[in-house]
Amino acid sequence: MKSECDKCGKPATVHLTEIADGQKIEKHLCEDCAAQEGITVKANLPISQLLEDFILQTVAPGQSTDVKCDVCGLTFSEFRQKALLGCPNDYDAFGQVLEALIQRAQEGATQHIGKAPAGAAGRKKHGTILRLRAQLRSAVGQEDYERAARLRDRIKELEES
Amino acid sequence: MKLADFTRSAGEWLRGVGPMHDVVISSRIRLARNLAGMPFLTRCTAEQQRDLEARLRKDILAAGIAPQVLYVDVAAASELDRRLLVERHLISRHHAEADTPRGAVIAVDETASIMVNEEDHLRIQVLRSGLDLTNAVAEIERIDDLLAARADFAFHDRYGYLTACPTNVGTGLRVSVMLHLPALKMTGEIEKAFRAAHDMHLAIRGLYGEGTEATGDFFQISNQTTLGRTEEQIVEEFIEQMVPKFVEYERAARSGLLQRRANAVDDKVQRSLAVLRAARLISSEETMYLLSLVRLGVNLDRLRDVGLQTVNELFLLTQPAHLQKTLGKELAPEQRAEARAGFLRKRLGAG
Repeated sequence: MKSECDKCGKPATVHLTEIADGQKIEKHLCEDCAAQEGITVKANLPISQLLEDFILQTVAPGQSTDVKCDVCGLTFSEFRQKALLGCPNDYDAFGQVLEALIQRAQEGATQHIGKAPAGAAGRKKHGTILRLRAQLRSAVGQEDYERAARLRDRIKELEES
Repeated sequence: MKLADFTRSAGEWLRGVGPMHDVVISSRIRLARNLAGMPFLTRCTAEQQRDLEARLRKDILAAGIAPQVLYVDVAAASELDRRLLVERHLISRHHAEADTPRGAVIAVDETASIMVNEEDHLRIQVLRSGLDLTNAVAEIERIDDLLAARADFAFHDRYGYLTACPTNVGTGLRVSVMLHLPALKMTGEIEKAFRAAHDMHLAIRGLYGEGTEATGDFFQISNQTTLGRTEEQIVEEFIEQMVPKFVEYERAARSGLLQRRANAVDDKVQRSLAVLRAARLISSEETMYLLSLVRLGVNLDRLRDVGLQTVNELFLLTQPAHLQKTLGKELAPEQRAEARAGFLRKRLGAG
């Protein structure tokens, strides 16, 4: 099988055999040329690329976008690299930058209208628990075991409430 | 019930029944869920990951999601077992290859599975043969409710169910319908179908999901957005508009081929079967390609000496992990090519 793209000579990843009017036509294309031809659809851009495009379009050079979540410690630039968020609080901590990104990834939508879990009222406590867990992690890191024990008790208490 | 027992049949998604099963192989729905009050997986400490796995395993097993379930400790499973689960679509490749404490709860009839500690804490999936999204969505809602009774999921007033990747936020729901489109591929109209899919905001993937190539003319179509529409709206669109459109295109291409070039179709189909019956060394890619054409022949009623069930089973049983499990030994790739050819000859009634 031919290994270079018919158009640009890059390694071909898309191989297509077409039969039109009894004639067999073989096409060998790289991913980009195949997408340009409309053979493959690069519809599902990887989120990392979406992020990259987005940042390039919306952030002026030199402007700092590095917001940090005070619960899990993830920064927006770390999110950019891995495309994965660190904790539920990031959705609030990264505010408008993330909102604009969600809007782009979700065809303009920024509001959930589907199912909601029963007992959604108890959600506030989860924010507190999440914070306490982050404090617990640093207490353990600092070998402050007394504080860690107090935090553990508090988390347990809240979880069981 | 052991993992090895799975290799005796093709499982739910290749049963070859259900509405529009000539074109629609299977319907799958998955939900992404995370526990409230916990970091997402990549930000968890090793201890938190272990706790999550133990806690969710206990909760899911207690929830009684199916009459009979199997828990697989994926982290402790052999590479061959993990590969087997991927081939059967019970876990993702990502889940098989990760290095964190993780597991999977599998309904033994393979209609449902839950991955613990995948990209999200929970990935629930329901699988049905043919186009059967109505039942699939009802079933996944039922499982979600059973789990929600035992665990609080991270939920945001505005963004809905929170997920590690914002492309899944909101409903956390992804519909994937697996289509067999050999006639569109043969006529070259597949490009048109892909463009239509693009216009319908669908993602197209290969047999094994994200990042895989379409082999054997199998394509998965799935929704790209998970926010701003209800679960019902997302599913409804697939049932009412998208899937029927693809089925219509493919059926039209099939009947067009038969009208204009029946001989060419027969030639392709018969040659494919002949190679499968005669080969002494064969790769899984070539097997898929040839079986795809044989399946077309069976569906068009041009091949009567092979059953659809057999063809469907062979798609699965000739894949690397299944082949090795069925034969009961580990084989190097070149040994597999020989074993696969022998297996095919036996199952297709050749010498």
